[in-house]
Amino acid sequence: MRSLRTGAVELVAPALLVVATGLFGLVVSQTTEIYVVTALISVSTVVAIYVFVGNSGVLSFGHISFFAVGVWAAGVLSVPVAEKPATMPYLFHFLGSRTVGNVPSLLIAAAVGGVFALVVGLPLMRLSGLAAGIATFAVLGITNNVLRYYEKIGPGLNTFSSVPETTGLLQATVGALAVIVAAFAYQRSRLGRQLRATREDPAAARAVGVSIYRQRLTSFALSGFLAGLAGGLYIHFIPINVDAVYLDLTFITLAMLVIGGTSSLWGAVVGALFVSGLDSLLAEMEGGLTVLGHTIDLPEGSRIVVVSSVMALVLILRPSGLTGGREFSLPSFGRRTAEAK
Amino acid sequence: MSALLASGATSFVSDALDKQVQIDAIGLGAIYALMAVGIGLVFGVMRLINFAYGQLIMAGAFALAFASDHGWPVGIGIALCFAVVLVLSLAMERVVFRPLRDQSAAVMLIATFAVAFLLQSIALLWFGPLGKTATSLVQLNRPISLGGVEIRKITIVAIVVAAVCLALLLLLLDRTSIGLHMRAAAMDFSTARLLGVRADLVSTTAVLIAGALAAVVAVMLTVQYPTVTPTYALQDTIIVLAGVVVGGMTRLFSATLGGFFIGYVSGILGGALPSSQSQYLPSFVFGLVILVLLVRPDGLFSRGRGLVERV
Repeated sequence: MRSLRTGAVELVAPALLVVATGLFGLVVSQTTEIYVVTALISVSTVVAIYVFVGNSGVLSFGHISFFAVGVWAAGVLSVPVAEKPATMPYLFHFLGSRTVGNVPSLLIAAAVGGVFALVVGLPLMRLSGLAAGIATFAVLGITNNVLRYYEKIGPGLNTFSSVPETTGLLQATVGALAVIVAAFAYQRSRLGRQLRATREDPAAARAVGVSIYRQRLTSFALSGFLAGLAGGLYIHFIPINVDAVYLDLTFITLAMLVIGGTSSLWGAVVGALFVSGLDSLLAEMEGGLTVLGHTIDLPEGSRIVVVSSVMALVLILRPSGLTGGREFSLPSFGRRTAEAK
Repeated sequence: MSALLASGATSFVSDALDKQVQIDAIGLGAIYALMAVGIGLVFGVMRLINFAYGQLIMAGAFALAFASDHGWPVGIGIALCFAVVLVLSLAMERVVFRPLRDQSAAVMLIATFAVAFLLQSIALLWFGPLGKTATSLVQLNRPISLGGVEIRKITIVAIVVAAVCLALLLLLLDRTSIGLHMRAAAMDFSTARLLGVRADLVSTTAVLIAGALAAVVAVMLTVQYPTVTPTYALQDTIIVLAGVVVGGMTRLFSATLGGFFIGYVSGILGGALPSSQSQYLPSFVFGLVILVLLVRPDGLFSRGRGLVERV
């Protein structure tokens, strides 16, 4: 049994790390601050994915679709009405005729992500193993295909422009903290524990009356909600197009989760910050690069060469991630020994 | 959209039955079937889904483009393509697959994801986003008239080559001792090892055969799509992976059938969808994939027990 104290540590450690990252952003230059904000948004994204993948043990390639619909929802709704015809001339009337503020657009992004995940999860959560992985991949493919060509709901192939850039250090930090608190509350709740039981031993969990389907569905929807929020945060930070929310982002976010350690909240946060830090460092080294950490539609590609090599290396040397998939705990800190299988 | 679909239904059916569309679809199915064999063979032996398979094809295609750029004869280009793909396959097996052999399927899949992006970004650094053009075999893309139907030569070549490759593989698996070892390993890896099957040899062989097939696919794809970019064959690999799972990964036969099936269906849909909707072709294919998986999660052509993940 874990005591209340270790429980608190498990929440406080990742939260402190995020706050420290945010504070670090305050003292550095404008360019570095952009990296810090990117890293904080990555934390939100990776923790959102972790809520499902980490707790259920089922791999999902589909979470960037929930991120993407969050980007679309927040982006389309918060562009000023007068600016919309420039990049999005074919919008549905109800989308084209109104503009919402920063906070409502984030909440709508999260809600759209959550509802989409729920709808997708209703049939898909009956699957497991490889079938589930490929089916979530198929969802990603469909989402990307529709967002790319269906111009009544967004800019299609155009890049979003004129979205108010409200995500700065403060909003990115608060967003990451909110996602972490939600993930923590979920994994300590009755629902989260039931889901984790199905991860450890499906047969035993079922034997004590846990419905695998229902638990996975709940977690999938919550996970989609948080991913949608992360998408909203992202589009309020930087203008992107549909290519930025497809395979590359799927890869880099999964890489962050795996490098950190899939099965713990601490791992998700550490992985996101570690890879973002590495990525920013490489970007600085490449020189002249001023924008975001993880879309690679840049002519320079050496960053992704290093990041994917590091990822392969971590997998080979420490398959359970940098944190060993464990939560942060005080006694073992500094002298962690054998890792969990 | 449904009204649109209904009105177009009759022309859809007649388009789908068109001989031209049928033959092109079979040609695409043949190529996808070869890719499915490459993916399915490695999965059978190592329980590893090789997401980086498409990047092997991409590398082979770049080798061909490189050769045609330098004006080398076709034969040398093809030899270079095989050499590059086989060396890369071997390196992949040694450096990544082998150390991860005892890890969970998820870890291995993510690792191949990393390899895929590594190769892709190296290609991007080396050849740039616009890529290169492989032109030496382009004459195979010309059509010949056969019974009133215009068939591109490459379609016939693809079907014949696929049939020959599959027959050779069948012989290898059925008649040689290494084939027997591979089948044993696919059935139960640890027991096979106990009985004297050499794990490294078996997995190296599987990876090499898969690599050779990737090279064959690279040659045939560059005839049809000569512009080679760093994301070459990526979309195809994703679709074939889906096809392999839809067919059923437990047996090589059902995986191959799944690959052919999804190539054929994509070909038919691509030929029969009205042009206003052809941009949504991936959505239709992926939608179909989800539908099949929901009805038969273990695969369309699998039989008996479903996939049991290694404990």
